[in-house]
Amino acid sequence: MTGRGTAILKGQHLLGIEGLSSDEINDLLDLADSYVELSRQIEKKQATLRGRTQINLFFEASTRTQSSFELAGKRLGADVMNMAVRTSAVSKGETVLDTAITLNAMHPDLLIVRHHASGAVELLAQKVGCAVVNAGDGQHEHPTQALLDALTIRRRKGRLDGLIVAICGDILHSRVARSNIQLLNKMGARVRLIAPSTLLPFAVDRLDCEVYRDMREGLKGADIVMMLRLQLERMNGAFVPSVREYYRFFGLDQEKLDRAKPDALVMHPGPMNRGVEIDSAVADGVQSVIREQVEMGVAVRMAVLDALARNLPGGGNA
Amino acid sequence: MGADPRIMGVPGRRAYINAHLIDAGTDLDGHGGILIDDGRIIGVGNQVTAANAGSQATIVDCTGATLMPGLIDMRVFTGEPGNEHRETLATASHAAAAGGVTTMIVMPNTDPVIDDAAIVDFILRRARDTAVVRVAPMAAITKGLKGQLITEFGLLQEAGAVAVTDGNHAVADAGIMSRALAYAHDFGMLVVQHVEEPTLATGVMNASEVSTRLGLPGIPAASEVIMLERDLRLVELTGARYHAAQISCRESLDVIRRAKDTGLPVSCGVSINHLVLNDNDIGAYRTFFKLSPPLRSEEDRRALVEGVGDSSIDVIVSSHDPQNPDTKRLPFSEAEFGAIGVETMFSAALRLHHSGDVPLPRLIEAMSAAPARILGLETGRLQPGAPADLAIADPSLNWKVEAENLKSASKNSPFEHTVLEGRVVETIVAGRQVYSYDRRRAAAKRTA
Repeated sequence: MTGRGTAILKGQHLLGIEGLSSDEINDLLDLADSYVELSRQIEKKQATLRGRTQINLFFEASTRTQSSFELAGKRLGADVMNMAVRTSAVSKGETVLDTAITLNAMHPDLLIVRHHASGAVELLAQKVGCAVVNAGDGQHEHPTQALLDALTIRRRKGRLDGLIVAICGDILHSRVARSNIQLLNKMGARVRLIAPSTLLPFAVDRLDCEVYRDMREGLKGADIVMMLRLQLERMNGAFVPSVREYYRFFGLDQEKLDRAKPDALVMHPGPMNRGVEIDSAVADGVQSVIREQVEMGVAVRMAVLDALARNLPGGGNA
Repeated sequence: MGADPRIMGVPGRRAYINAHLIDAGTDLDGHGGILIDDGRIIGVGNQVTAANAGSQATIVDCTGATLMPGLIDMRVFTGEPGNEHRETLATASHAAAAGGVTTMIVMPNTDPVIDDAAIVDFILRRARDTAVVRVAPMAAITKGLKGQLITEFGLLQEAGAVAVTDGNHAVADAGIMSRALAYAHDFGMLVVQHVEEPTLATGVMNASEVSTRLGLPGIPAASEVIMLERDLRLVELTGARYHAAQISCRESLDVIRRAKDTGLPVSCGVSINHLVLNDNDIGAYRTFFKLSPPLRSEEDRRALVEGVGDSSIDVIVSSHDPQNPDTKRLPFSEAEFGAIGVETMFSAALRLHHSGDVPLPRLIEAMSAAPARILGLETGRLQPGAPADLAIADPSLNWKVEAENLKSASKNSPFEHTVLEGRVVETIVAGRQVYSYDRRRAAAKRTA
């Protein structure tokens, strides 16, 4: 068990799962376990981050990730400010770097950033003095999602090592998939990817995963079934012909789920498209841990904020 | 042909002696000198010495240096007219001179587009008044580069356009391309294509394991091969002279080799970047390595180097494309394509010489005699009667590429902070010295 105040992360930022060691991941999950307990008490507040300023900078709209980070920061006693920057690839407006320089002048300690372009958070991190957490950049990484998934699995199954995890759906556009593939491989799980070829990235076979185009095959013997969201604009002929065809072949219903192990867990990063990638009965069924993932999300983010703050000047490890 | 832009020769006789002369175009690779008079070469070889240069000649001793034809860069983008803050013909020409490039072929991707004889004339006049090297434009194939209506090839040629191209846009419509090739054939006009099928090239870097890891949409090699194969069918139909501006992958090389074997009038180029860099250089989203066509795999790079060696690839270009921080210091997918390179092209190419992959005479030929032959220019050769466009190089002089020392108005060099071995130390255009490398100042800067 990691004691209070000792260093957990080697880096200044958390930009992705890539670059984290399995030890760092284990230590973060251990710390997060303690925050699950804290969050279940009536007195949920701690003074760990008292005096620290946390800014949630979201270039892309998000409800659950942003509120999860906000709650995490507040439970640890930080002053939390939310900033939504309306921008899109089309109307660029203020650039990422301009925003970074502006915010840096406000002396934040922790900057939580989500952006629609891959690599944008890393670009921003080069220009600020505080700790930066990647809350999702384009189709690149979403490290806290992978960590909260790992925490959910570890608490249910007692381990990650040796488990068969099937990640199903829009792998091509998914940062959640990319972070999860890396984390699960680092922790010794066996990763399967299940998707139609139009939703798989180039050279996917070189990612250290088994790839299935047939969901029933891919789910056989799986311990974990991780569903991904299929965005609206990618249905109706762009990447898949129709919702009803997608649901028929790649939607998770009880019949397909029965191919997995009887005690397999069903996960989804949310928000769900019921009746597109997942059947409501499965989403709300006994095997589903989707609501638990949300709870773990807060705990994991508390652990990440705590760990990064320890590396800041005055944080005890700087 | 209205090929070579006229530059007045400098009166007076000069003899460059004791040099290592290299010009594969005239089978030259050995000790000797060059005698010039009134802006033209009048003597080449061993017989050019201090003793027989004539009493009025100025003698320049080139002991230890390599003397080659001034280089011709077939693919240079500038910002003039329209985006002068990125680059003018003047700033580009100083960068060219520092890189031994004595003729820049400028692309029509300007604002307004070079799609009208009056704009060709404007470019030539501006170049005459402001540039220190020769400048010749390629004009657009289609009006406004829109890919819909063909331009006045005949009038553009008369005005001085050396070829037609839509620059960094592909002519996507097969019907338009077919007509452009047929019409160009009537005028003997070279058609230069950016070989990329746009509907497949919607990504921002090579489709590879790297793009998957970075979460960036990829551009598959097939987008290039498909366009190249389509165009070659049209060349077969029309008989027009065709040049693929830049190829980037092994499969394209196979296609080019087959076409040449069957005797089609085709040639192709490769950018220096694709010969010495690969898609791993993008690292953590480094936008100076975002190029079109994209940097491909190491395997592709090796194949391209081999293609230059056996002359399947005719020319090496810089594909000089100045971009400012406002278009480059952005998330990778939002940044512009392109890198500057006219100043570093020769030094970067020397890497292939030092590594033993391509002999130096072949490298120089790919940047002088080969483009001269394709474009019908009288420069690019060390032979009596040719214009005295020369570059003198020290192939083993180490220097570090630093943004503040680069002559280009934009600083988006993929070689920034890189030490390159060998560089041009003196450049001569029509007998006039337009660049001289200051070794002492450079050394002082290094120790400072």
